[in-house]
Amino acid sequence: MTRLGAWLILALAPLLLAASADKPRLVPDVSQREISIAYSFTGAELLLFGAILYPDGRMPDKAPDIVVVLKGPSDPMLLREKAKVLGMWVNAESARFRSVPGFYAIASSRPLKTLVDERTAAIYELGLANLQLSPSSGALPEDQARFQAGLVDLMRRRGLFDEQSGSVEITDRVLYRARLSIPARVPVGAYTAETFLIQNGRVVAVAVRDIVIDKSGFERFVANSAQRWPFSYGLVAVLLSLLFGWAASAGFQRMRR
Amino acid sequence: MHIYLPIAGLSVNVLVIVGLGGVVGLLSGMFGVGGGFLTTPLLIFYGIPPTVAVASSATQITGASVSGVFAHMGRQGVDFRMGTVMVVGGVAGSIAGAGVFRLLQESGQIDTVIALVYVILLGGIGLLMAKEAATSIGALRSGKPVPSSGRRHHPLIASLPMRWRFYRSGLYISPLAPLALGFLTGVLTVTLGVGGGFIMVPAMIYMLGMSTRVVVGTSLFQILFVTAVTTMVHAVTTQAVDIVLAGLLLIGSVTGAQIGARMAAKTRPEWLRLFLALIVLAVALRMALGLGWRPDEIYSVDPL
Repeated sequence: MTRLGAWLILALAPLLLAASADKPRLVPDVSQREISIAYSFTGAELLLFGAILYPDGRMPDKAPDIVVVLKGPSDPMLLREKAKVLGMWVNAESARFRSVPGFYAIASSRPLKTLVDERTAAIYELGLANLQLSPSSGALPEDQARFQAGLVDLMRRRGLFDEQSGSVEITDRVLYRARLSIPARVPVGAYTAETFLIQNGRVVAVAVRDIVIDKSGFERFVANSAQRWPFSYGLVAVLLSLLFGWAASAGFQRMRR
Repeated sequence: MHIYLPIAGLSVNVLVIVGLGGVVGLLSGMFGVGGGFLTTPLLIFYGIPPTVAVASSATQITGASVSGVFAHMGRQGVDFRMGTVMVVGGVAGSIAGAGVFRLLQESGQIDTVIALVYVILLGGIGLLMAKEAATSIGALRSGKPVPSSGRRHHPLIASLPMRWRFYRSGLYISPLAPLALGFLTGVLTVTLGVGGGFIMVPAMIYMLGMSTRVVVGTSLFQILFVTAVTTMVHAVTTQAVDIVLAGLLLIGSVTGAQIGARMAAKTRPEWLRLFLALIVLAVALRMALGLGWRPDEIYSVDPL
């Protein structure tokens, strides 16, 4: 298999070179491939950085633009909307979305609107307004738009969706870097960090890096036990609670004497 | 000082959680109530998911009631026969309540129902307690003896079939009444994360007519077992028991309970009861306002 792969690359090499000859290439990296959530986790900061390789080392006359997107695992979600019923605010209407990323942060070197037109932004899902959340209920378009806006706003205020413009720094039109902050309540799973190179309103190059966010150590053990062995986990919780309560009262009684 | 809660999935300030446990423990030491009715709403206000708050609060109550049960057992303050009947009812209630909890969760009405039940229960009991405490304080001030109503059980309970003798409670009544009372508190434990002492104790005194000497011990006995079973029920069904959260709450509450017990010894019981009634009413009022006021978050999201 590896041998075949090697042959393929050799055979395709001229093509690849030809393809890359007239287009710039991205060499991206991230500060951490794995983010582990341990007991003291209060969020993390991820540095996305890299270089732009131009064909034949020719610099462009115009400054290039970079957009980075960090995206978490997508899941189906149910969004509920509260309404006033009999003087109380209760959950009334709801809408289903088939793929909502648990985390989405986008940063760009200039405001997105000035970088790409709406069509391009929609194709590459650039910006909070262009997320493809796949609403699955047969609601009216205006209701769907309202629910989608509500969902994005909710996630944004929880710090799980974020859009920043001007936060990607580009040095000498070659090196770029962007910082994205990840809150403590981030969902675990497989993340992708995408980098887009944009010139004259067109996406010229795309590069992707995978990142894993997972609970580690004791936190991972507790979360896994609760899911895999719920009965034993419950039993241990009860026993620990009993033991602790008993030990504490015995300790205080001794102190009083 | 922050710590990550593995099940709740967010990081919390250790001092806030331990302090919260401490305040609840202080109250439970002062008034002899479990304090679950304060833990769950306060955890929810702090941002812990409601299901995790309810489940972990039940776990914490188990640990917090151990010492009380031992103390009451030592002075013959537990009617084991009555307690066992109520535990059986409580376990059944806890399991049945888990089904109701699940249905409400799926229909998205769990938060509203929790808040409504809190408002009704706490509001009603708070008013009764305030009235009772105010009457005794008034009687104390004017020097008249406190009007005492004779201890006897409700006529409805006397009409139930199949009577058993409960020696320590000094009762000859049908076990169906305590069974039903146990069932009700079991439902409350699994859905609200409360021990249910604030319902059980008045009901045992005024409806069953139990001897007051065994009321608190027997209700603690029931709470100990039913909260333990409820932890199991939540661990298996909602998987929302957060050991770390329950442990932090326990550290605070066992310490607070010791301080509270010493403070209670220096205060007149009538004033204590009035003070507790006001706290209960404040929680009920806060929940009622939460229902009526336009919430900050109109939208809420659940994974499917």
